[in-house]
Amino acid sequence: MINESKMKPEDYLSSVQPNWCPGCGNFGILGAAKLAFSQLELEHHQIVVVSGIGCGSKIPYWLRTYGFCGLHGRPLPVATGIKLSNPKLNVVVFAGDGDGYGEGGNHFIHSCRRNHNLTYIVHNNLVYGLTTGQHSPTSEKGFITKTSPFGATEEAFNPISMAISAGASFVARGFAGDPKHLAELIVKGIEHKGFAFIDVLQPCVTFNKINTFDWYSKRVYRLEEAGHNPANKKAAFERSLEWGDRIPIGIFYKEDKPVYDEQLPDAKIPLVEQKLEKVDIRMILERFY
Amino acid sequence: MAEKRAVKNKAMNKKRAIKKKQTMDKKRAVDKKKATNKKSRQQDNLQKNNLVWMVGGEAGYGIMAAGLIFAKTFSRGNLNVFANNEYPSLIRGGHNTFTVRVSDKPIHSCISKIDLLVALNKETIELHKDELSENSAIIYDSSIKSINAKNINVNKGIRLCPVPLERFAQELGEKKIMMNSVAIGASLALVNYDFNIFASVIKDIFGEKGPRIVDTNLRAAKEGYNYVKKNHKEFGFELKPVRAAKKMVMTGNDAIALGAVNAGCKFISAYPMTPASAILHNLSAWAKDANLITVQPEDELAAINMAIGAGYAGVRSMTATSGGGFCLMVEGLGLAGISETPVVIVEGQRPGPSTGMPTRTEQGDLRFPIHASQGEFPRIILAPGDVEDCFYLTQEAFNLAERFQCPVILMADKYLMESYKTAEGFDLKKIKLNRGSIVSEKQLKPLKLKEFFPRYKFTPIGVSPRTLPGMKNGIFISTSEEHDEFGQVTDDPANRIRMMDKRMEKMEQAKRAVPRPVLYGTKKAKITILSWGSPKGSILEAIELLKKDGINTNFMQLTCLHPFPANEVAGIISSASQVIVVEQNKTSQLSSLIREHTGDEIRYRILKYDGKPFPVDYLYAQLKKVIK
Repeated sequence: MINESKMKPEDYLSSVQPNWCPGCGNFGILGAAKLAFSQLELEHHQIVVVSGIGCGSKIPYWLRTYGFCGLHGRPLPVATGIKLSNPKLNVVVFAGDGDGYGEGGNHFIHSCRRNHNLTYIVHNNLVYGLTTGQHSPTSEKGFITKTSPFGATEEAFNPISMAISAGASFVARGFAGDPKHLAELIVKGIEHKGFAFIDVLQPCVTFNKINTFDWYSKRVYRLEEAGHNPANKKAAFERSLEWGDRIPIGIFYKEDKPVYDEQLPDAKIPLVEQKLEKVDIRMILERFY
Repeated sequence: MAEKRAVKNKAMNKKRAIKKKQTMDKKRAVDKKKATNKKSRQQDNLQKNNLVWMVGGEAGYGIMAAGLIFAKTFSRGNLNVFANNEYPSLIRGGHNTFTVRVSDKPIHSCISKIDLLVALNKETIELHKDELSENSAIIYDSSIKSINAKNINVNKGIRLCPVPLERFAQELGEKKIMMNSVAIGASLALVNYDFNIFASVIKDIFGEKGPRIVDTNLRAAKEGYNYVKKNHKEFGFELKPVRAAKKMVMTGNDAIALGAVNAGCKFISAYPMTPASAILHNLSAWAKDANLITVQPEDELAAINMAIGAGYAGVRSMTATSGGGFCLMVEGLGLAGISETPVVIVEGQRPGPSTGMPTRTEQGDLRFPIHASQGEFPRIILAPGDVEDCFYLTQEAFNLAERFQCPVILMADKYLMESYKTAEGFDLKKIKLNRGSIVSEKQLKPLKLKEFFPRYKFTPIGVSPRTLPGMKNGIFISTSEEHDEFGQVTDDPANRIRMMDKRMEKMEQAKRAVPRPVLYGTKKAKITILSWGSPKGSILEAIELLKKDGINTNFMQLTCLHPFPANEVAGIISSASQVIVVEQNKTSQLSSLIREHTGDEIRYRILKYDGKPFPVDYLYAQLKKVIK
């Protein structure tokens, strides 16, 4: 599936060495991202990588592209402002499960609804890493952490079902232990016109001793190999509920529909290219006489 | 062509109307000669082109729309108008008022009296009868029989003008909402104003809704007009167009939105909140004409982060909210600070804390944006005092945000943002576009960079050259963390000191670039008034009243609160023998800022924090009390 490209994946790495734990699932996601960028032959200055705060959110520092490391939970709104200002940019958002599903849960719901032309990749390790091990919105019920010594009491959040129901037009799940497959999903996500959401199963080698590489490897299966039709919303919902012995990865749901800015009354010229010297408000002023 | 013809027709209509009026004036003059002694005494006191009109009733009766129509009717006669509304936070019921003050002299604020009260319900009369001035009048529905000389102070010469408002509205097959059109017609007849000017306003405002709506409103108003002409002849107030020119009439919110568009703002993301919602309403309505994008996001957190994203991408962007929404924006404010991203935030104050009094006015948030967010970073805080300030300072805000690559907060309040005022034409070229140090792609091309562009380069003025995403050879990381010149994270102590010093140096530079305080009156005066924001209007009128009493006062309006204009304030304080601070909060936050920056203790403070604005007469009386 991945073709030879003029741009090498390594070209997208900055000279700064990642400071993740050895063996962290984030390396697989970084590898998949650079592979996807090279596959799409994107130029460095055409990419803006936006993130929040968390282990995975450090990713812009390791990439040789424009980057914006914003606030915990808020990368989606920042990315929305960037994309609406300059639709020519490839805006790729990275967040974590605490970041994207906890602190930024509201932005996630409404970004799905608005269908901005963004790619949203969530490093989902089912635990808080950077704050040294507390349960996260996707932690399984009963998961023992520093803040849940008797087991997490909350139900785990299901990001896939949520995204489908909120109107996301591209909903997928990848696995950090399968970077090539994940890269294919990222390529399709960037190519998709609309809000492309990719939840990534990311083992945390330090704080999650249950959902490990091995644990996932035994369970994941590819939707495209199981005869799943991503155009079937009902089937997508059914697959989204699978968790346990078998965990689906791949594209759950895909739909072509107009993106947010296509539906706006005007601003045909990208905002960033408009000539501010030419602004003329005299027509508008007439309304006040 | 069609437009020209319309203008010509309008002009002809006006001529006809003036001629008609002249004949009517003559006829009235004859009537007056026949009048009794008492009547002629009233005639001597005839108040020309000076009136306060109030319409009151339940929400849902179109009171705000009626008020605006009434105000525009006079601004089109080149008269000055100031109009303010009072309403509770609900959509139906409750007590709502819209007050229009009209004068041929410059007016800047509200005044606590009513010359002509339109009561759409009985409650309005009960609530406002004590504010009625001498020789004033009440227009109310004829069905309210319980209003009589017993409960209205007729000694003040108050006239009762029952008009079958509801019956006329119903006869036109319309709901009660048409009552206000009947009432406006009745009002115009009482003050003897040109009906055609009113008709032109109706045509413009309701034109989009179709000819039927225009026609019904005009017929309703004509019924009221004719009824009053027939049944209620005498009134101590008269309004006449000054000449055939017209003025603009707008709110602070309108002027802020216009200023934003004129400054080249192309992006606004804002979550609806009184009193700032109308900024988003306006810009959404003008999106097509102004080539801009408006977003109503899920919350204020998203609002400011979207605006920051747009600012980072190189687009002039803003958000608008009230104090409560600004609470949610505080983390975003810090992000704009450390990432050195330009963004403009409108903070429309209302009484807090928490939900407080959502539809009333206050200036209780002054210190909030100055200190909001953790850590220390540059920010600029501007405070417009009237519609004109709103227009020009909003444009300054966009320039300053890009020049100093920092958040700029525009502090306004409900009274300023929602009150209407006449405005002469704006100077659209007064504030020159200044986008600061954005680097062009041409400049970037020859650069030999290792990998990243030094977006946060240490410079003597603290401002670094700025690239925009999409520019070749310009990549960098923008971040909420402390960083080096390229945006890479570092906790290095030496870098931290240099980066903090670099950022804060921008504040030093901004001191010389921000708008200066404005001094009204003589350079030196025995008594000096210091204030900021919306009390400006009442202060300007009050110092004129004091002048008539032989008291010379001057007034320094602080248009930029942060960085604080310490030199000017210290200077004026030392030149006056008595200094009075006027502001709308409980603890006199401006006084505390003055003390912080100049060491001067302000002993005389006129403060108001009841949710209502400063009427001119109230402020004048308060000043008289404290002036030694």
